[in-house]
Amino acid sequence: MSDAVIDRKIDRSHMQVSNEVAIQIEKMNKWYGQFHVLRDIDLTVYRGERIVICGPSGSGKSTLIRCINALEEHQKGRIVVDGTVLSSDLKNIDKIRSEVGMVFQHFNLFPHLTILENCTLAPIWVRKIPRKEAEETAMHFLRKVKIPEQAHKYPGQLSGGQQQRVAIARSLCMRPRIMLFDEPTSALDPEMIKEVLDTMIELAEEGMTMLVVTHEMGFAQAVANRVIFMDQGQIVEQNEPKEFFSNPKSERTKLFLSQILGH
Amino acid sequence: MSETHAATVSYVRDTMLPPAEAPVTERGAIKWLRENLFSGWLNTLLTLIALYIIFVAVRAVMPWLMNSVWNAASLGECRQIVAAAGEGATGACWAVIRDRWHQYMFGFYPRELYWRPVLAFGLLFVALAPVLYYGNRRAELTLTATAGAFVIAVLFALGTPFGIVAAVTVLMAALLALAWAAPKRLVWVTVFYAPVCYLLLWGGSVWAPVTAIAGFALLAAVFVALQPRVGVPVALGAGLVAAVLWWAYPDATVARALSSILPIGLTAVPSTQFGGFLLAITIGVTAISFSLPLGILLALGRQSNMLIVKALSVGFIEFIRGVPLITLLFTASLLLQYFLPPGTNFDIILRVIILVTFFAAAYLAEVIRGGLAALPRGQYEAADSLGLDYWQAQRLVILPQALKISIPGIVSTFIGLFKDTTLVSFVGLMDPLRGVTQIVRADINWKGIYWEPYIFVGAIFFLMCYGMSRYSMYLERKLRTDHR
Repeated sequence: MSDAVIDRKIDRSHMQVSNEVAIQIEKMNKWYGQFHVLRDIDLTVYRGERIVICGPSGSGKSTLIRCINALEEHQKGRIVVDGTVLSSDLKNIDKIRSEVGMVFQHFNLFPHLTILENCTLAPIWVRKIPRKEAEETAMHFLRKVKIPEQAHKYPGQLSGGQQQRVAIARSLCMRPRIMLFDEPTSALDPEMIKEVLDTMIELAEEGMTMLVVTHEMGFAQAVANRVIFMDQGQIVEQNEPKEFFSNPKSERTKLFLSQILGH
Repeated sequence: MSETHAATVSYVRDTMLPPAEAPVTERGAIKWLRENLFSGWLNTLLTLIALYIIFVAVRAVMPWLMNSVWNAASLGECRQIVAAAGEGATGACWAVIRDRWHQYMFGFYPRELYWRPVLAFGLLFVALAPVLYYGNRRAELTLTATAGAFVIAVLFALGTPFGIVAAVTVLMAALLALAWAAPKRLVWVTVFYAPVCYLLLWGGSVWAPVTAIAGFALLAAVFVALQPRVGVPVALGAGLVAAVLWWAYPDATVARALSSILPIGLTAVPSTQFGGFLLAITIGVTAISFSLPLGILLALGRQSNMLIVKALSVGFIEFIRGVPLITLLFTASLLLQYFLPPGTNFDIILRVIILVTFFAAAYLAEVIRGGLAALPRGQYEAADSLGLDYWQAQRLVILPQALKISIPGIVSTFIGLFKDTTLVSFVGLMDPLRGVTQIVRADINWKGIYWEPYIFVGAIFFLMCYGMSRYSMYLERKLRTDHR
């Protein structure tokens, strides 16, 4: 799967993990009806960490990060994001969502708005930032993801890779402290995967706290400071990438790695 | 063209061939005819049969139209004139329209006051301009100017007193100037159109609509005061309760007191004198403009997680859709009176408007629900993940897309609603189709007239409905951003 080559030198000067806790998950459980999707998840994410979550499909990795910004509701356990406890209180949920950026597999841009409007919508309505300022910020981030010239087009006019970069810029416009990526490259052609990964690497180089669900093992090896392997709704193994890939401990991890790296 | 070096294998073209004209079967009208009318023996046969049917129809109708009589005092006179054209001749008697057009337009509305509904009709388009052509300044200007010119021309034709025509001309010029200088301000015309229109159509004291607006102001004030503390739905409910209490009790007293202090107003016209297209358009336009927001709320309510909201929405939609409109109209005319406190005189047109609005809203809710269901879940998730709250997400992300998808269905419902206004004849109102025609035929002069009134009314309905349909297609083109 790791066919997109990471061919650039990575600047690690800002990639520092502090001991400040960004996300704290304790004994979190979730069921879909009778099906136990997430079982006793314990995870502490420190500020500045770049965590890649992998595992076979149906292992609950997407569900896990969707619980962090309450797109999915968990039934048991505790999630604390940036000091705010995630409860059913809508105020807390909205606060967490405005601090946590999310990038989806299918981009989910708003097709009725231009690229610029996509990027300014939430800053204007949620952060109450004046339109002019919001547009300047949006252009700043669009330049960063290298598509400022598309600002006045509609999402339908852009390629998949461009749309995903807009989606990243849209999240960044809210100035999030944490970014969640839910299989950001799974719906893209190989050459577009690279442009999206490059954007994500740049983000990592600036010290963003990132949780990435992906099958791009090249990205994990190059950027992540921790790789988590999930299976059947549980965290089976986690380690720093070098150890994880060269010396996996559990049989399940070995099997998974041999399947995705073996071809 | 023999410059190719045929003897060698390698080949280089020396001269380029000029484009030749296509054969006659691939050009212009002949190509079109071949492709569309005579592409095979079956299509050729069908074309010939269709041509024959058209020929028969035209042969039957043409003489009738050619012998049209416009100047006659009665159907008998019409027939004499037609009979003079030859043995067995048929002819349309449009003289009935010429004689009674004002009833088809205004019912029994007092003749000297025709300028009021005409002005209200013109102002309707000025009020609609910023809604229909949002952000399209040229179209807004054109519509405002056309409406103004139309009103002034009609007033002249009606022989309205000069003072009124002059005042209306000044008003229309002012509105055009407003549309030119500050198109965004034109929205205020839209906001205040409803009370102005009410005053123009029904007349009476100025204070009745003013105190009625005060009810809406009260609603807004309560909503703004409570919304940050208790959220949108509760604040809206409290505001509605306050407004309804205002309308039910002090409203009329205050209006009466004000008009005894400062009695200004227009000659009152009772609802019983309304009729024809004046009635149809009054009911149609009011019901259309109120049923859309109500339909949106019902559609959202039906998708809500809140049990009571959902149950009420589903109950309302299923009940109203499950009952024929005529039942609701009878409810409006008879039953509603029993439920209201004794002594309240609730205008019949208002009652009919309310129930027609409910009827259309129930259908719209289902049309819009279809649009909501067509949106991918990702749109909701993206809006949520950016921190937009429920109402922001609905207003900025979900509804603009869902409504756009639903445009054809929404406009169909509107057209159906507008045509259904003719059903009010069943509760004794003078709709243009049956109500007015019955009255016209009750006249000994026009007894026995049959086709002409229906053709006339049908043609006007067609023009209006076709206009709505064309507008919806324009809107769909304008809102298309997907570039598929």
